[in-house]
Amino acid sequence: MNRRQALSGLVGLALALAGRFGHAVAANGAEPVRIGLTPVFLDDQVGFLGAWRDHLAQAMGRQVEFIQRGSYREIVELMRQDKLHFAWLCGYPYVREQRWMRLLAVPVYEGQPLYRSYLIVPAHDSVTTKVTDLRDRVFAFSDPDSNSGYLYPHYQLNRANTSPANFFRRSFFTYAHKKVVEAVALAVAHGGAVDGYVWDTLARTHPELTSRTRVADRSPPFGFPPFVTGRSVSPALHRRMQQILLAMHEDPAGARFLRQLNLDRFTGGSPALYADIERMLRAIGQPVG
Amino acid sequence: MLNFRDISFRYKIPLRATVLVFLTASVLTASLLLREYRDLRRDMLDSSARWSAVLSQTLVSPMLHDDLWRAFEIIRAATSPGGGDQAGVITLVDPRERIYVSTDPARYPILLPLHERGDAAREIASLIDDAAGSDSRSLEIGDRLYVITPIDADGVRLGHMILEHTSSFMQARFAGMWLSATLVTLVVLLLILPVSWYWGRRMADPLVHLADCIGQVGTKIPDADAIRLEQSQDELGQVGRAVARMLDELREKQALEHEMMFSERLAAIGRLTGGIAHEINNPLGGMLNAISTYRRHGSNDPELAARTMSLLERGLLQIRDTVSALLVEAKAPSHPLGPQDIEDVHILLKPEAAKKSAALLWNCDLPDEIPLPATLVRQVLINLVLNALHAVEPGGTVACDIGVTAEGMTMAVRNDGRHIEASRLPYLFEPFVGDANGGHGLGLWITYQIVNELDGHISVQSEPGLTVFAVELPLRVALELESPP
Repeated sequence: MNRRQALSGLVGLALALAGRFGHAVAANGAEPVRIGLTPVFLDDQVGFLGAWRDHLAQAMGRQVEFIQRGSYREIVELMRQDKLHFAWLCGYPYVREQRWMRLLAVPVYEGQPLYRSYLIVPAHDSVTTKVTDLRDRVFAFSDPDSNSGYLYPHYQLNRANTSPANFFRRSFFTYAHKKVVEAVALAVAHGGAVDGYVWDTLARTHPELTSRTRVADRSPPFGFPPFVTGRSVSPALHRRMQQILLAMHEDPAGARFLRQLNLDRFTGGSPALYADIERMLRAIGQPVG
Repeated sequence: MLNFRDISFRYKIPLRATVLVFLTASVLTASLLLREYRDLRRDMLDSSARWSAVLSQTLVSPMLHDDLWRAFEIIRAATSPGGGDQAGVITLVDPRERIYVSTDPARYPILLPLHERGDAAREIASLIDDAAGSDSRSLEIGDRLYVITPIDADGVRLGHMILEHTSSFMQARFAGMWLSATLVTLVVLLLILPVSWYWGRRMADPLVHLADCIGQVGTKIPDADAIRLEQSQDELGQVGRAVARMLDELREKQALEHEMMFSERLAAIGRLTGGIAHEINNPLGGMLNAISTYRRHGSNDPELAARTMSLLERGLLQIRDTVSALLVEAKAPSHPLGPQDIEDVHILLKPEAAKKSAALLWNCDLPDEIPLPATLVRQVLINLVLNALHAVEPGGTVACDIGVTAEGMTMAVRNDGRHIEASRLPYLFEPFVGDANGGHGLGLWITYQIVNELDGHISVQSEPGLTVFAVELPLRVALELESPP
């Protein structure tokens, strides 16, 4: 399955490269600022994104483009090829790629730059309390590069001396936290791993969806999915972007966008926030950058 | 309870027309709907198959890449309310006939073998086993329709897509069709019914008119121009002409009867006059004889004068009797009739019967006094019994039955004497129609008058060996009866 998954990702990537990105961002400094977005937040609010983009562009004094892809991996790949300046990624790919990525800003959620992974089950399931209760069931992950949506439950199964492939009857990726909630709400899956911040935000905006699920287990806090800077971005641009993000909560328009994102503000953060993710990565035997 | 047969044609014909129109419309609508239903079903299966083929193409990539969620999103979009009314549930199965994913995960959980999910699923699984080729197949199990489409990529089978329609979808569409067809039928009925009603009335009206005309015949015969029918050669026209002819003949017959009755009455008056003349002439002749004898043989013979006077007196008395017998005094005061009155008559008549050595059987069943004038009833009874005693041969029998019924008093006087010839019966109650034995023939006439005065009825039956006079007198007549002493 994983091989097929990777194959599909590569095919998609190749198509995308052939279609729209025949040239690199770095080749031309006057190019718009390109920011890669991943479904670490509710990235399907197109109208909101347009407004936020315009707001950032105004603050930067430069055109801004948001680039969205179906998986975290595609964004990381675009970043690796210097086709993006910044990206909002999960802590997991950041830890893996921190050799060449710089931490730009970390969202502050409920007062802290932290979030949790939720184990959710259908609302009618009142017995499950941890992922290891779901042996031989169907399980939904969000993205193979998601900490909350894959790494954490994987790590837990690992500690129970098993693996997703062996433990579950069937597991699959939805490539978005919101879709994990849908998969569990529609009872396609008996359980799912989801970003706690996304679930909480959905509970506010789409209670009819989250009410059909129940949070069975909450992970310890992890560093919130960060904004990162690509390696070819100049320090000046990095600083400029950082200033804008960190000051976003200070002007009314920026505060409105933060409210809509269900975030308090941005903070500079430190790589130490992601030490736990790194520890889990090592525990399951994955390479760390 | 109103019987349909009793309803006027005025309503029956339009009603029948209505039923006929309604039946025709219903049958036509039903047959059209049936055809429409078959077409709808076929179209639905066809379009389902085409649609399935298209959908299965889009499922190739997710199934090939084992992207379960994308496959689910595709089939979910296809079955969502906005995805059209094509499908109820879509289930994908892998080449090993395990459930890949379904829009109804509760019924079709992921990875379970399809044939374990109920009878319908077992049948579908065996159909998948048997069939080769890449065409859609449809299957009806219970109230559900299944369209099964293979998902192939480059000649390799990736699985099957099973589309499940609940028949309620068909029913909903069909109900819509039915409703509109019914509405159209009703509108057509609304247009046709007044017309059929009008035609029905037009057909019924001449019949009703004829029935009215014929119905009058008992009381009066309608005029020739009372029948207003359009001239036609159909059955109604024929009946109309026949009725007109019949009425003409009836009118002629009535005129003839009037004429006959008139001449009958004249004849009766002639007979009556003859009788009176005869009855008066007889004493008149004797009296004129006596006067002429007295003139011839001296007026100084006092004995002759006395005899002549006596003769004249008797003659005049006879004439007076005759005249007074003609004037029946029905209103004469009388007391109510009691059993004793009847018994008096019996006693009075016994010697007459003895004279003729005839048997007089007397059977009186009168409980008490009844409100009928005793004198008149006695006179009727005496007349009838005397006539009967005259009629019997010596040693014959006269029977008299008297009783009271709910209708009133009844008297029946029977005798076994000579019977009355049929030719005489019509004139029996006319005056001076005496029998061969002589008598002035006023008895029965008087009897008839009295019975008539009392609003009663008298009848006679006569055949060789039995003659019966029967009298019925209603009790309700309020006559001025003497108060009982």
